[in-house]
Amino acid sequence: MLNPQVMVVGAGPAGMSAALAAADCGVKVLLVDFFSEPGGQLVKQTHKFFGSRGEHAGVRGIEIARLLGEKVRTHLGVELLLDTQVLGYYPDGVLTMERTVDGESEYLKARPRRLVVCAGASEKPLAFPGNDLPGVYGAGAVQTLMNVHGVMPGRRAVMVGAGNIGLIISYQLRQARVEVAAVVEAAPVIGGYAVHASKIRRLGVPILTSHSVKEAHGERELEGVTVWRVDERWQGIPGSERHFEADVLCLAVGLSPLAELLWQAGCRMAYVPELGGHVPWHDEHQQTSVPGIFVAGDAAGVEEASSAMVTGRMAGLAAAASLGSCPHYRELAGEARAQLEALRAGPPGEKIRKGLARLEEVARRAG
Amino acid sequence: MRDDASAAGAVKAGGRGDTPAAGAVGAGPVTRQLRKTGLPAVEDLAQVMPPEEVRRRGPVAVFECFERIPCDPCCWSCQRGAVKPFGDINDLPEVDWERCNGCGLCVAACPGLAIFVVHEAYTDTTSLIKLPYEFLPLPEVGQLVGALDREGTRVGEARVVRVHKQREKMGTPVVWIEVERDLAHVVRNVTVAGGEQGE
Repeated sequence: MLNPQVMVVGAGPAGMSAALAAADCGVKVLLVDFFSEPGGQLVKQTHKFFGSRGEHAGVRGIEIARLLGEKVRTHLGVELLLDTQVLGYYPDGVLTMERTVDGESEYLKARPRRLVVCAGASEKPLAFPGNDLPGVYGAGAVQTLMNVHGVMPGRRAVMVGAGNIGLIISYQLRQARVEVAAVVEAAPVIGGYAVHASKIRRLGVPILTSHSVKEAHGERELEGVTVWRVDERWQGIPGSERHFEADVLCLAVGLSPLAELLWQAGCRMAYVPELGGHVPWHDEHQQTSVPGIFVAGDAAGVEEASSAMVTGRMAGLAAAASLGSCPHYRELAGEARAQLEALRAGPPGEKIRKGLARLEEVARRAG
Repeated sequence: MRDDASAAGAVKAGGRGDTPAAGAVGAGPVTRQLRKTGLPAVEDLAQVMPPEEVRRRGPVAVFECFERIPCDPCCWSCQRGAVKPFGDINDLPEVDWERCNGCGLCVAACPGLAIFVVHEAYTDTTSLIKLPYEFLPLPEVGQLVGALDREGTRVGEARVVRVHKQREKMGTPVVWIEVERDLAHVVRNVTVAGGEQGE
């Protein structure tokens, strides 16, 4: 049985920031991730980040993964447990894990004094005929193939979703010399940053708003995609079909928080569409309704990497403070709070602000 | 394309009441066209176009940054203080045209790849554009490359004047190209033979 003072689940931007913040307070931290290296989604993000200087604005995601990864590897207060999948949370506060080394797996248990869940999010699917054909991918898979494994996912792609993920991955597909026939977006406007949209337009990639996938075609693998216009109720308009030849159909239609451990721990959950679905209620210290359990990053509500780093830091500080190990908590948490407010202050932050307000409202109604 | 050229005039005629010394780039709301298509409209471009006398004088940065997002590397990348400090990280860049010498440091720093340097009167008949370029192969000095507009359509040819790789290995390379004068505010990308981009 491992007995860390703080256990952090997930070594992405939020988890690494949480672990470092707590360890900097002198707390012993166990940081667990199922992947073989720290970084989470950062390891495939070859684009430069927005946000502020404190969160590495202007630096590429892969470089941030390297910088933070090096810190968590070398920090004496952080024990990094990789290739380890957290399986469950039990009522006595024990977490079970499966660790795989050289194909052999072992079963581990931990009872941490404080738990910080930074498990991230999973991609949402999209239902249409043919969505089970080989060649239909989640955007994350395409990014992993290209940017982690150096594998071209195909020759010609159709992207579904003009949020930042769909736009950025379209750009990265072009960098990998994959043609992008079109970006298809069901909403009437582009959801991602205009600069990302302009960037792919300059590469000759069209963006079709108010369009969705009707059907994917192929005998044994994807050969083409039919898209059509959708009305204001997101219903396809017969007669507006357009066909694209493609061997890749990439779905970037949103993310859902990965909050299973928090469900198991009995944390109060609320359904907040603006935050990606079911999210744990949490206070401004990132503490859930279960004392001693904290949440940060996309698991707390789908946002983006800069704010994940700040919510992670906040959770790490708060976990340390609750153990009496963060004498300057007020000041440090105040700084993090101000940074978060700044990141969420603009028009793109509106959805998050609404979602957080709704989370409060749901919690209040639940009493 | 003509739209872009006339956008330059629109600043002069319409004006925002600013002196040529400073302009709040993209102070207005984003147009529906930009939101729907990713292509800035004439009105969007008019908001960010440096005043004509500034553009005539020499190289100057054109910030095609129209939307309030949390981002400020342009501000701290500028060694000359030409991008005014941000009160709020979501602010749009505000440029002091008197201080901007078109060096292009901001072009390399911008995470949105939204900044270009334009020297309209590079020669009697040509303009120089410095643009961010994150594709391989990088063009070579002296090479003729395809000149693309904001939709990725080939509108002419460009001669590569310089390729500025950044010191940090993951910085955005900045490619300097020479184009026909009337393409100064039209060309925003290039396509390099051997690469597959745009063609």
